Amino acid sequence: MKYMDSSQVEKKMGTRIAKNNIAKSIFFLSTLVGLVVLVVLFYRVISASIGWIDFEFLTNKLSTNPDKAGILGAISGSFWLMVVVAPLTLILGVGTAIYLEEYAKKGKFTSFIQMNISNLASVPSIVFGLLGMTVFLRGMSLGNIVLTGGLTMSLLILPVVVVSSQEAIRAVPGFLREASFGMGATKWQTIRNVVLPTSLPGILTGVILALSRAIGETAPLTVLGIPALLMPIPFGIFDKFTVLPLQIYYWTVDAALVAEYASLASATIVVLLVLLFLMNSIAIIIRNKFQKRF
Amino acid sequence: MEKTINKDSNSGTNVRDLIQQNKRSFSANTVTEKIMPILLLIIALVSILTTVGIVITLLAETIEFFKRIPFVDFFTGTILKPLGDNAQFGILPLVTGTLLSTAIAMIVAIPIGLMTAIYLSEYASDRVRKVVKPILELLAGIPTIVYGFFALTFVTPLLHSIIPNLQPTNILAPGIVMGIMIIPMVASLSEDAMSAVPNAMREGALGLGSTKLEVTWKVVIPAAMSGIIASFVLGISRAIGETMIVTIASGSSKNFTFDVTQSMQTMTAYIVEVTGGDAPAGSTLYFSLYAVAMTLFVFTLIMNLLAQYISRKFREEY
Repeated sequence: MKYMDSSQVEKKMGTRIAKNNIAKSIFFLSTLVGLVVLVVLFYRVISASIGWIDFEFLTNKLSTNPDKAGILGAISGSFWLMVVVAPLTLILGVGTAIYLEEYAKKGKFTSFIQMNISNLASVPSIVFGLLGMTVFLRGMSLGNIVLTGGLTMSLLILPVVVVSSQEAIRAVPGFLREASFGMGATKWQTIRNVVLPTSLPGILTGVILALSRAIGETAPLTVLGIPALLMPIPFGIFDKFTVLPLQIYYWTVDAALVAEYASLASATIVVLLVLLFLMNSIAIIIRNKFQKRF
Repeated sequence: MEKTINKDSNSGTNVRDLIQQNKRSFSANTVTEKIMPILLLIIALVSILTTVGIVITLLAETIEFFKRIPFVDFFTGTILKPLGDNAQFGILPLVTGTLLSTAIAMIVAIPIGLMTAIYLSEYASDRVRKVVKPILELLAGIPTIVYGFFALTFVTPLLHSIIPNLQPTNILAPGIVMGIMIIPMVASLSEDAMSAVPNAMREGALGLGSTKLEVTWKVVIPAAMSGIIASFVLGISRAIGETMIVTIASGSSKNFTFDVTQSMQTMTAYIVEVTGGDAPAGSTLYFSLYAVAMTLFVFTLIMNLLAQYISRKFREEY
């Protein structure tokens, strides 16, 4: 011990510990930044919407008069959009995931598909909007109806669904498959009777989370030229429509003209956030309740 | 199949019938066995078709655009005036708008995101982590349109009281809000990278007398560097492609300036504005949409490939 100057060590130790403590509180404070912003955002939106959300707001049609304006059209538009997007992404996403996880041989082609999916996931949503406009709206001349928006949205969230479904399928333990094969089941029978039922909670969780992204997405629909106010309420997938986020967009932009529109926008934001919250809760319930751990 | 066997043996049918039955269902099975992989492959090709669709539509119309506007003029032009008689198409105002908003966003997102990741991965107890992570996920799940509204109606007035000459629409407020939106992404990706660093390395450094800060700074961060940098790059890519926040809060003036208090337009906002105005198909304005989108696509693609390259090339394996 004679080589160590204990007083020097003591002196250095103090500043080192102090540095550590200061750094710790800085790290903690920056963690709080996100949380504080979240609270402020919620507070702002909710306080601005007080007095605007009532039964009439939810059930009235759109109107240029802020006191009479309601969002039934936007709600049903979002609903019909989901009617198109949900089954389509479920089939396409899960199908792709099964192919990649169960059938595809490891090789250049498979890794090409995989790389393609992960790149597709980070293509800006507005580019998907242009794809939808060029292919579905103008190419197939579908017009700006629910189906056009739904097809575009499905392609947008497809990569997310594929990746989460792949993870769910990968989590099915090998011994279940082997047991099924051992009983004489074929590959498809094993997938249908063993792999899919076991991974279903995981798949559904991923799909619902992806749908909640689709329900809040605005940019691709603005490209499709979904018109603003005063739309008839859609009654099917071939009707023209508007959705909640687009309604928020138009009211926010027009708030410069009519001040009350800002309150309407906040009220619509609250409705949208409640909807997202419900969807996320369902996803979490499914995950916690039905997911088996092996 | 097990059910049929039971039923048959109960009713006493002979073995030959059973085998016949088995054969029939077997041949039906082989058909499904052969069809399903092909069907699933076709479904899997949809994602490839999407990529091909994006590239072809963008490329075809962009080529048409460059037949009318010279390539060099487009990428070096500082004036964007798409309407009127003397229409000029220079993309630089949009590029500066995009890069400035991205830079502001990353100035917010990188330090806060990284420090959040450090706190969650190195300092926080399990209980704190269990509370904070879902809240951050909540922040990531809020639709961008809501952030746009927030930037326009809250952040801009707030900044205006600090910076008096701030315009009602400017690139600063959406940039900051975009940064906040990206924090959860940077934080969770960086945290994943840091959590992947084996505990033995931390314990080794702690055993030598390091403080937690020294362990984090000299051991964990260098070891997780590739994942951390990749998270930054993905954040940049996200900021470049972000649309609604800048469309709402940054206005549509096509200024070529570096003054962040001014209204500017990004590439994404330009696309929203032009399509919202219903550009007639076949006009130069209409084709300019695709040229801008192509530039945007290439920007984000480069960022994504870069992120993949970094995380693959510089990954430290333990």
